[in-house]
Amino acid sequence: MAFVEKKLPADAPVIDKALNWVDSRFPLTKLWNDQWGQYYAPKNFNFWYIFGSLAMLVLVIQIVTGIFLVMNYKPDAGLAFTSVEFIMREVPWGWLIRYMHSTGASAFFIIIYLHMARALMYGSYRKPRELVWLFGFAIFLCLMAEAFFGYLLPWGQMSYWGAQVIVNLFGAIPVIGPDLSLWIRGDYVVSDATLNRFFSFHVIAIPLVLLGLVVAHLIALHEVGSNNPDGIEIKENLDANGHPVDGVPSHPYYTFHDIFGVTVFLILFSAVVFFAPEMGGYFLESNNFIPADSLKTPLHIAPTWYFTPFYSILRATTSDFLYIVQAGIAAYVVLIYLKSSLPALIKAAIAGIGLVMIVGMMPFGLDAKFWGVVLFGSSVMILAGMPWLDQSPVKSIRYRPDWHKIVLVVFGITFMTLGYLGVQPPSPTRNLIAQVSAVLYFAFFLLMPWWSAMGTFKPVPKRVTFKPH
Amino acid sequence: MSNEKQVDSGRRGLLVATCAAGGVVGLSATGAFVSTFQPSERAKAGGAPVEVDISTLKPGEMTTAEWRGKPVWILKRTPEMMASLKATQSEVADPDSAKPYTMPLPEYCEKQSRARKEHEDVLIAVGICSHLGCSPSKKFTPGAQPSLPDNWAGGFLCPCHGSTFDLSGRVFKNKPAPQNLDVPRHMYISDTKIVIGKDEKGEA
Repeated sequence: MAFVEKKLPADAPVIDKALNWVDSRFPLTKLWNDQWGQYYAPKNFNFWYIFGSLAMLVLVIQIVTGIFLVMNYKPDAGLAFTSVEFIMREVPWGWLIRYMHSTGASAFFIIIYLHMARALMYGSYRKPRELVWLFGFAIFLCLMAEAFFGYLLPWGQMSYWGAQVIVNLFGAIPVIGPDLSLWIRGDYVVSDATLNRFFSFHVIAIPLVLLGLVVAHLIALHEVGSNNPDGIEIKENLDANGHPVDGVPSHPYYTFHDIFGVTVFLILFSAVVFFAPEMGGYFLESNNFIPADSLKTPLHIAPTWYFTPFYSILRATTSDFLYIVQAGIAAYVVLIYLKSSLPALIKAAIAGIGLVMIVGMMPFGLDAKFWGVVLFGSSVMILAGMPWLDQSPVKSIRYRPDWHKIVLVVFGITFMTLGYLGVQPPSPTRNLIAQVSAVLYFAFFLLMPWWSAMGTFKPVPKRVTFKPH
Repeated sequence: MSNEKQVDSGRRGLLVATCAAGGVVGLSATGAFVSTFQPSERAKAGGAPVEVDISTLKPGEMTTAEWRGKPVWILKRTPEMMASLKATQSEVADPDSAKPYTMPLPEYCEKQSRARKEHEDVLIAVGICSHLGCSPSKKFTPGAQPSLPDNWAGGFLCPCHGSTFDLSGRVFKNKPAPQNLDVPRHMYISDTKIVIGKDEKGEA
């Protein structure tokens, strides 16, 4: 096919001619319209729908501040700690860049957790948005990796011992474990080799993957269209032009909606950066202002707050707790056999896995440390199953039975309890609460196929709930 | 369809061979990248034995030496501390260190004191928790205190996940840590001088 360029009148503005020249060679206008300009989003978005664009903003903040931090940071076990202090004290405005980066890390997780809470409430992971959810889940995993690798770089005591603990998690895997953690560290202890490779992952590898996943997340979202607080597919009700009657183009409507959200966010963000960058030890832990010492673990070590819900599950897994887990697995397999309509082969597979786990948890089997790591990993990975675990006939919590709201609130409280316990020093009572919370956490997901379909559902309206203002 | 092209088996064979050759090169290259993660020769050579002088160590005191980048504790136990080991014998998960962490208990060490017979009061242990590698802190004062049971007889508490160890470095039952602390191979070159990482049989 011959190349045909659209002819514009000779007196057309130069900018139009330039755009036409580009559009004939690259789908610039098309991309803008598909992804934002003519992307019809439901008109009933509430404030919960701000966190997607805020996450994008924080990603940009992290990349830009990160680039400038690397200009002065030295990834060397002998120099890293002092180079961070150099940034803080000697580099003009270096403290601002660093505090923006460290506050940005926590802000990122606050935003992502709220973004995920929104998805839980309104069923945004349900068909046809399974891949939107899975790409988002992969982004969450990347963020955790990014935060973990980045946390070693200041080479303080918490950096050092936090990395030591997480790398040793891999050592719990039978047979290959100890060699695997040696391979990850590149030395017998966390050392210069470890610091250098973590630096490389933090500034190159993970950000590249992260950016690719963000693009995939957005392409998938803009392909299937956004969910909304009513959980209605707006594409099922189109006007004469083929646009959803309940949709508005993102530009200008959501452009300005989001700019308002960005303004509010930046006010809060600046307040933290300027007045409380350490956030009482939650965003930057006091022990991390002591250089790494391989001979002495700080008296109280806890991961940064965003990891603590999962970390609590790891810590709660003691050999006594395994009996509860075994009973739970046995009961679950029975439940699957009696109350599910899965194919016989899948039922048998689940029973097989259950049996292996129960035997493995026996006193003669693998130790509690290994199972702690398994439960820790499962508590994160189980999120990926949401699109298939939820069997409710409606998406949004608005049209679900009222007691579903209580279930969601209890889950929220459980998650926060686990998070709180993770930053506290261990004690027998706290451990017991963490174990109860861990059971509730897993029950929420594993029993979802049943509870999510139970109760009387309210009729879902044909059009979204929207009050013009 | 009638006009479907016949597969040229000669070309198909070449295609398979090319892919296989390319795959081998790709896999080997991946292997090279993966191998860069292994400890370097320099890191491997960093594990020489260390000598420690304990002449100034008083009963009840502990000193820490660095061996292979890890803390090694040398604790001179008092008679009361030694007596506490009998009380903890039934409360620890593995009193005889049958399931060691990274190195077996040297055969010249007693099971309960986990020390050499001729210096039974001196505990030499790698201060790295068998759970996730934190270094436990010393909690030598007996009695009830935060994070510890009421009948605490003295020992170590891992600040990370709450594992507790007795004064021989044996882990208590039902704790996250699965194994006792490691006792490295060691020997006395005089009454007050210890070599860690080396014994009569050579280097550990």
